[in-house]
Amino acid sequence: MLLAVLSGFIFALLLVPFGKVLKGKWSILLSILPLALFIFFLQKIPQVIDGAILERNQWVPQLGINLDFNLDGLSLIFALMITGVGTMVFIYTSYYLKGHVYLDRFFGFLCLFMGAMLGLVLSENLITLFLFWELTSISSFFLIGFNNEDPASRKSALIALSVTGLGGLCLLAAGLVIHGITDSFSIVDMLQSSTMMQDHSFFMAVVCLIFGAAFTKSAQFPFHFWLPGAMKAPTPVSTYLHSATMVKAGIYLLFRLSPAFSGSELWHYSLWCVGGATMVYAAFQTLFRDDLKSILAYSTVSALGILVFLIGLGTEEAMLAGLVFLLVHALYKATLFLMTGIIDHAAHTRNVSELSGLRKVMLPVAVAGFLAALSNAGIPPSFGFIGKDLIYEASLHTGVFPLISTVALVSTNVMLLFAGFLAGVRPFIGPLPTKYKDLQAGSPRLWVPTLILATLCLVIGLAPGLISNSLIAPALVALGIQDYALDLKLWHGFNTVLALSATTIGLGLGLFFLLKPSLNREEQMLKWEKYSPLAFFEGMGSLTFRFSTLWTGMVQNGYLRNYILVILLFLMALIGYGMWGNFHPKIDFTQLLDLTFYETGIMAIMLGAIVFTVFTGSRLTAVAAMGVVGYSLCLLFVFYSAPDLAMTQFAIDTLTVILFVLVLYRLPKYLPFSDSRVRVRDGIVALGFGGMITLLALGVLSDPMVSEVSEYYSANAYKLAKGKNVVNVILVDFRGMDTLVEITVLVIAALGVFGLMKLRLKSRERIR
Amino acid sequence: MKTLILRTASNYLLPLLLLFSVFILLRGHYLPGGGFIGGLIASIAFVLHAFANGLENTKSLLRTHPGFLMPVGLTLAVISGLAPGIFGLPFMTGLWYDEAIPVIGMIGSALFFDIGVYLVVIGVTLTIIFTISESA
Repeated sequence: MLLAVLSGFIFALLLVPFGKVLKGKWSILLSILPLALFIFFLQKIPQVIDGAILERNQWVPQLGINLDFNLDGLSLIFALMITGVGTMVFIYTSYYLKGHVYLDRFFGFLCLFMGAMLGLVLSENLITLFLFWELTSISSFFLIGFNNEDPASRKSALIALSVTGLGGLCLLAAGLVIHGITDSFSIVDMLQSSTMMQDHSFFMAVVCLIFGAAFTKSAQFPFHFWLPGAMKAPTPVSTYLHSATMVKAGIYLLFRLSPAFSGSELWHYSLWCVGGATMVYAAFQTLFRDDLKSILAYSTVSALGILVFLIGLGTEEAMLAGLVFLLVHALYKATLFLMTGIIDHAAHTRNVSELSGLRKVMLPVAVAGFLAALSNAGIPPSFGFIGKDLIYEASLHTGVFPLISTVALVSTNVMLLFAGFLAGVRPFIGPLPTKYKDLQAGSPRLWVPTLILATLCLVIGLAPGLISNSLIAPALVALGIQDYALDLKLWHGFNTVLALSATTIGLGLGLFFLLKPSLNREEQMLKWEKYSPLAFFEGMGSLTFRFSTLWTGMVQNGYLRNYILVILLFLMALIGYGMWGNFHPKIDFTQLLDLTFYETGIMAIMLGAIVFTVFTGSRLTAVAAMGVVGYSLCLLFVFYSAPDLAMTQFAIDTLTVILFVLVLYRLPKYLPFSDSRVRVRDGIVALGFGGMITLLALGVLSDPMVSEVSEYYSANAYKLAKGKNVVNVILVDFRGMDTLVEITVLVIAALGVFGLMKLRLKSRERIR
Repeated sequence: MKTLILRTASNYLLPLLLLFSVFILLRGHYLPGGGFIGGLIASIAFVLHAFANGLENTKSLLRTHPGFLMPVGLTLAVISGLAPGIFGLPFMTGLWYDEAIPVIGMIGSALFFDIGVYLVVIGVTLTIIFTISESA
C-alpha cells in the first residue's frame, strides 16, 4: 500500500526528466497509473469485506509519527473514487489540453494530487494525515493557478490556498491536542478511547479544530467562497479536485472521526446547523447563475452541505444515506463537469443563456448530460433516486427536528434539480443556433469517459447489488455500525418518502420550465456581494496589507536615530517593569570610600566633555569629546585596579574615534537635522535611560553579592587552567565557548560591513 | 596627514607596536593582556601606519587583504578546541605541555585559542576600517 500511495509522487518526479517525451501524443499512456491503482484497490474488496487491512511503516517512531495505512470500507470507497474518476480525468485531459506547453507539468500536479489524496484517505496516523492534507491543498493551488498568466486565476489560487491552509493548521492543532489526550497519533487508538475524549476538558477545542479543518476543505458556509473561485482552473481540475475528491476530504475526516464524537451534542448540532445552512444557501445561489461551471460549483457546495448535514444527524440511516449520496454525487457531478468542459472546448462559451440545441451536433455528450441530470434529480431508475430515497428516509424517521430537516432537504433538492437540469439538459434542447452548426463532440477521448461515468449513474441504479455488499456494507462497519440490515433497492412501495420524492421532482421541473436564465438576476445578486464572506475575507486581507505597510513604515523607517530611540524606550519599559515594586536600594554611605582628588577631577572632565558633546556645533568636535569621556573612563578603571578593562577600553575608544572621523570626514558640515523639539525629546529619553541604568546599578550594589562563581574562578584558575590572570583564563578556558561564538559574531559583522560597502549593484538590480 | 615626522616615526612604530601586541598576547595568561587586547593594539599599529603613509602603502605592506586573517584565526580557535578530542576529552578541555619554553612560557591549547582570537580581531578591525575608509 505504501507503494500505491507513493506511486503518484514517483510519477510526478519522473515527469520532470521524461515529461517532454510524454506530453506529445503519448500522454494518454499516463492514465495507466490511475487505472492500475483502481484495479489494485478493486481486487482488495474481498479482503476488506473480511476486515480492515492495516499496514505499518516506521517513519519517526520516536515521535509516534508513522506511515501507517489502514484500508477499511470507508477508505476503500474514497480510494476507488479517487482512482476511478482519476482514470477518466487523465484520459480526458490528454485530449482536452492537447498540445499545451505545460501539459507535462499539469500531469505532474495531477499525479502529485492523486498520491496525496490516496495518502489522506489511507493514513492511520494523524500527523501523516495532516501532511497529505496539506499536500492536496498545495497541489490544488498549482492546479487552480495553472493559467498563471491570468491574474484572476492567481488570485483564486491564493484564496483557495489560504482558506484550506488555515484549515490544515487547525487539523495539525487538533492532532496535537488529541495526542495530548490519548497519548497517540493513531486514529484507531483515538476511536477506541471515545469516552475518554468526550469527558476530557479539551474536547470542545478538539471538535472546533476538526470543524475548522473540515469546513474549510469541504467549502462549508462561511468558508464556501473559495470553491466557486477555484473554477478558474481548467475543467479537468474542477472535475477531479473540486467536485469528486479533494473537497470530499473534509467529509472523509468527519466520517472517519464520527465514531469518536457521536453522542456529543456539540458535534451533532453544529454539523446539522452548518451543513443545513450551507446546502440551502448554496442551492439558492445556483438560481442566480448562468455560467455552467458557476452553477455546478454552487451545487457542489450545496451537495457537500447535504453530506455534512447527514453526518450531523448521525443515525445509522443517515450515515448510510451519506455514503450512498457520496457516490451518487461523485458520479453525476463529475459527468456534468466533463460535459461542461466539452461544450466549453467546442463552443468557447459556458453561458447557459447562449447555449441551446447542441444535441443535434454532439449526441453522446447530450446523452451523458441527460443521464447525469436524471441522477441529480433523483428520477427513477437512476442511482440518484436511491440516494434521495435514503436521505428522506433518514431525515423523516430518525434524527433531530424531522420536520425542519425534511423541509430544508426538499427545498434544497428542488433547487439542485433545477441546477442539474440547467447544466445537463438546457444546452441540448431547443433550436440549434446557426453559429453552432459546425460544432463537433470532439475526440472519443473526451466523450467516452464522460459517457462511462454517466452510464454508471444508471447502471448502479438498476443494479444496486453491485455496490451494496462490496462497498457500502464494509464502509458502515468502518463507521462502527455493525449488522445493519442493508437493502438497497429502487422500489420501496407507496409511502411518505415516495411522495416527497415526487413532490421534489414536480416542483423542480416546474421551476426549470418557469425560470429562464437571464443576466438581470445575476446582476441583482452582485449587489449583495459586498456583504458576502468572500468580501469579508478579502477585506481582512487588504487590512492586513495596509496594517503591515503602516507598521513597517513606522518601525523600519530607515533612520538610525529612530531605531535607537525605539530600542532605548523598549529597554526602559522592560527594566522599569522589572524594577517596579521590588526595587529597594539601600546604600550604606559609611561603607563607601571617600572621593579622592583624582576621581573628582576625572568626573569633572567627563561632565565637561559630555556638555561639550551635546552643545557643540561640529561633528568632529563631538566625536573627539566622546573620546575624552572614554579615556576618562579608562582612568577610572585603572584607579579601581581593572587594568584589563582599561587597556581594552582604551584601544576600543581609539578605534571608535578613528572610525567616526573616517565616516564624518566625508559628510557635509554640521546641519541642523533636528529641530529643538526633537532634541528636547531625545534629551529626556537619554536622561531617563541614564537615570534608569544608575538606579539599576545602585540596586545591584544594595543586593548582597553572590560571589561563589568568582571565588570558584579565582581559586581554580591556576589549578585547572594553569593561568594566573583570572580574566583571561575565563575568556579562553572556562568560558571559551562564549569567546568562540563572540569572535564568530565579529567576523559576521565585518563581512556585513564589507558586503554593504563594496556592494555595487547594477542599475537594473537596484530596488526602485 | 602626510607629515614627515609622523611618517618616519610610524615606520619605526609599526614593528615596535606589533612586537608589543605579541608581548601583550603572550603575557595574557599570567598578567593583564590577552588575545583581544593584543589584536586591537596590532590593528591600531596598522591604522597608524595607514594614516601616516596612506592606505595603499599599508595594503602593499600587508600583501594580502586583512580579511584573510578572519578565517585563519577562526580555524585555529576551532582546531584548538577540537584538539582535546583526539585524547578522548570533551570539547575545549585545556591541554598543556609539562615543560615551560623560554620566552614564550607554558604552551597549551588555550594559547592557540588566544592566538586565534588575536588574528580574528586584527582581521575584523582592519577589514571594517579599511573598507569604510576606501568607500567613504
